Amino acid sequence: MSVLEARAVTKRFGGLTAVKDVDLVVNEGEILGLIGPNGAGKTTFFNCLTGMETPTAGDVTYKGAPLPKRPDLITKAGVARTFQNIRLFNNMTALENVIVGRHTRTKAGVFAAVGRGPRYHREERESEQTARDLLTFVGLGRVGDELAKSLPYGDQRRLEIARALATDPGLLLLDEPTAGMNPNETAAAIDLVKGVQARGIAVVLIEHDMRFVFGLCDRVAVLVQGQKLLEGSPSEVQSDDRVIAAYLGKPTEAETAGDKQ
Amino acid sequence: MTSQTIPEARVRSAPDLGVLLTGAGALLLVGSALLPWAGYAGFPGKMTLSGYPGGARLYVLLLALPALALLRPLPGRAAALRAAANVELAVVALTVYFVAYAGGGFVNVGGGVYPAMIGAILYLVGSRRLPTSEAVAEGVALPDASWRFPVESLVVAGTAGLALWLFVIGLGMPSSSIASGSDLTLGPLSINDVANSGQFLAYVITIAGVALVAGRLGLLKSLTIMTGRHPKLFVAAGFIAAAAFPFTQNGSGESLSIAARIGVFAAAAVGLNIVVGLAGLLDLGYIAFFGVGAYFGALVSGSVTSVTGVHLPFALTIVLGGLVSGIFGLLLGAPTLRLRGDYLAIVTLGFGEIFRITVNNLDGSAGPSLTNGPNGVSNIPDLALGSFNFGANHTLFGIDLSFQSNYYWLELLLLAFVMTSFLRLSESRIGRAWVAIREDELAAAATGINTTRLKLLAFALGATLAGAAGTVNAHVVKVAAPDSFTFIESATLLAAIILGGMGTVPGALLGATVLYLLPEKLRFLHDLRLLVFGIALVLIMRFRPEGLVASKRRAREFHDHETDPAAEAVA
Repeated sequence: MSVLEARAVTKRFGGLTAVKDVDLVVNEGEILGLIGPNGAGKTTFFNCLTGMETPTAGDVTYKGAPLPKRPDLITKAGVARTFQNIRLFNNMTALENVIVGRHTRTKAGVFAAVGRGPRYHREERESEQTARDLLTFVGLGRVGDELAKSLPYGDQRRLEIARALATDPGLLLLDEPTAGMNPNETAAAIDLVKGVQARGIAVVLIEHDMRFVFGLCDRVAVLVQGQKLLEGSPSEVQSDDRVIAAYLGKPTEAETAGDKQ
Repeated sequence: MTSQTIPEARVRSAPDLGVLLTGAGALLLVGSALLPWAGYAGFPGKMTLSGYPGGARLYVLLLALPALALLRPLPGRAAALRAAANVELAVVALTVYFVAYAGGGFVNVGGGVYPAMIGAILYLVGSRRLPTSEAVAEGVALPDASWRFPVESLVVAGTAGLALWLFVIGLGMPSSSIASGSDLTLGPLSINDVANSGQFLAYVITIAGVALVAGRLGLLKSLTIMTGRHPKLFVAAGFIAAAAFPFTQNGSGESLSIAARIGVFAAAAVGLNIVVGLAGLLDLGYIAFFGVGAYFGALVSGSVTSVTGVHLPFALTIVLGGLVSGIFGLLLGAPTLRLRGDYLAIVTLGFGEIFRITVNNLDGSAGPSLTNGPNGVSNIPDLALGSFNFGANHTLFGIDLSFQSNYYWLELLLLAFVMTSFLRLSESRIGRAWVAIREDELAAAATGINTTRLKLLAFALGATLAGAAGTVNAHVVKVAAPDSFTFIESATLLAAIILGGMGTVPGALLGATVLYLLPEKLRFLHDLRLLVFGIALVLIMRFRPEGLVASKRRAREFHDHETDPAAEAVA
């Protein structure tokens, strides 16, 4: 069964078509890799899915229902994301960052906050407990009281994932989750994404680290110059000449001839 | 270089030169405090008497006392003494200047001035030569013993009481003969006015100095630890002390009237703190919402100059005034909150001016008759709750209370309500969402926060609180007129929360108090007071960008890089 279905999504910026007629189906519980050279439109496609940009054409459905237009409603519907350049609430603690993620799943308004009845206290306790559990889940259980900005880079990426998970998503979009990580951190990230999958959450990730992508993803889609080149299992994609050509360019006739000699 | 034991031995046998100089300076200063400082009568503080440390001499004495720390090597001693010496020199110089100025020349100063000046210089030079240690004084927490709770409670409650007592003394100090609220184009000031201003300045500087010294010795950190452990007690003690203030006034109402206005000003500042401090929306027209409340309160007060002729009960007025103002907030916010940063500031600035110009013109000739134009709605009658008349003097427990105390208590209730709302909101789902928006609006939206709605909520709530404060203010000052709602008022409110500390309640209170009281007490500076004011703000922004009372979050925002290495070393 599919979680997300994007049909003919197109995004134009003036004369530039950043994303053109992209169809993508994400199945329940799978990890889907989205790869492609720089400037292929991967992040723009993510932005179209999460309401950061409005697609020029095409439609997206999440679990059968059309996706709302505003980012906060999309998150509420169940699609959460992280950002390529980490966007945390820097001057809040790690724990507070995750608690903010509970916003759509909690209700307390102004009057509840000022009045502070038993229901308010229960909700606050639950939010904090959920947030602490998630911090432990991503491996940050002991730095909850640190300011987000004072965490090391790898931890900040994990915190962003914890914050996204706090919104109880059915689908998590990760934009370059291992960018800037060292090999140890990347290895830990693989376990983390698998852990997310084990929670029954489908994952779509944009990534340039091919070992990471092919080692982790159930399926891989390749985006080149705004269009979907192909989609398939890691081994299919890996052995496809067009993908290699898209990344490295086609050898010219002369070079090909030279190689054969 | 034969051995390192020789210098140490020398230190033990003969005290360090810095210690000697500092001690001598302090002794001279103590002595000078007992000698007359003025050679003529009339300077406040009985400065002609010898053997009695009155007036500014008390401050001089107080600032020489940290020299007692020379007897024992305390951590942070050198830093504390340097701070004390700096402030001491400022107080001595200031007082000598004012004594000479008010006396008609330096020839008229008393004998105590000379040892004081020499002492202050020795004190300063000596404190700079003191051996400095790397150790920074850390706050000490009391051990977990059965006597800890009573001791801590006493300290915490005592601090709240002391702070208010100091405030009350400052408030009660005669500033000048000019009635507050009059315009700035005044004639020559009397000697007394100048002398009183000097006294007040010396008082404020001394308090700041004592706080500084306590900070260097680590006492403020200990205090923070203790108040942090008993926050409710601290608030309750402060509130009780504040409520008891009218009983100390012997039926006089002057200080109470100023205190009531400070309270209203502070309530508005706390409301603005929601908008600016939490949600990060720069609102430069905030006073307009205060004005909406004030005009609403005035128009339904039953005043003879009100065109409506309506007289609502006050409990209803304050709620409706807040709501009306909140609706204005929504009306202004809905189209403008799409703007960010500077653009929002400009639009709100424009709104503030539009409000003032509009009420200035709604006098029946240029528009509908509603506000009496520049004259405003005046003669607002005193409040009455049932048979209790706010305009009458009362006697409680055998103590005479002027009618101003009624308004003072009303304002205190308002302030308590606004403070509670702010504190509870800031530590809630809504408050966290506001801070998230301030930190990164796009990420907040991606985390599921309806940013437009939350920003609008902050704007409307701030406006509602300002409106409620405005209705109270209209009854305290008895008039609502356009020239009370100028841009400078908005700017002052903003300055109050930036100066005091963004996003904190004590910060807003302190900022509002300082910014309201200083211009009142500095009237002798005439137009220069705005310059002095500006310089003071620049200095505070340079040396304490997080404000006088910083929220934990803001303090870490500005100073975390200083503590980071240590934290990493521990980890």
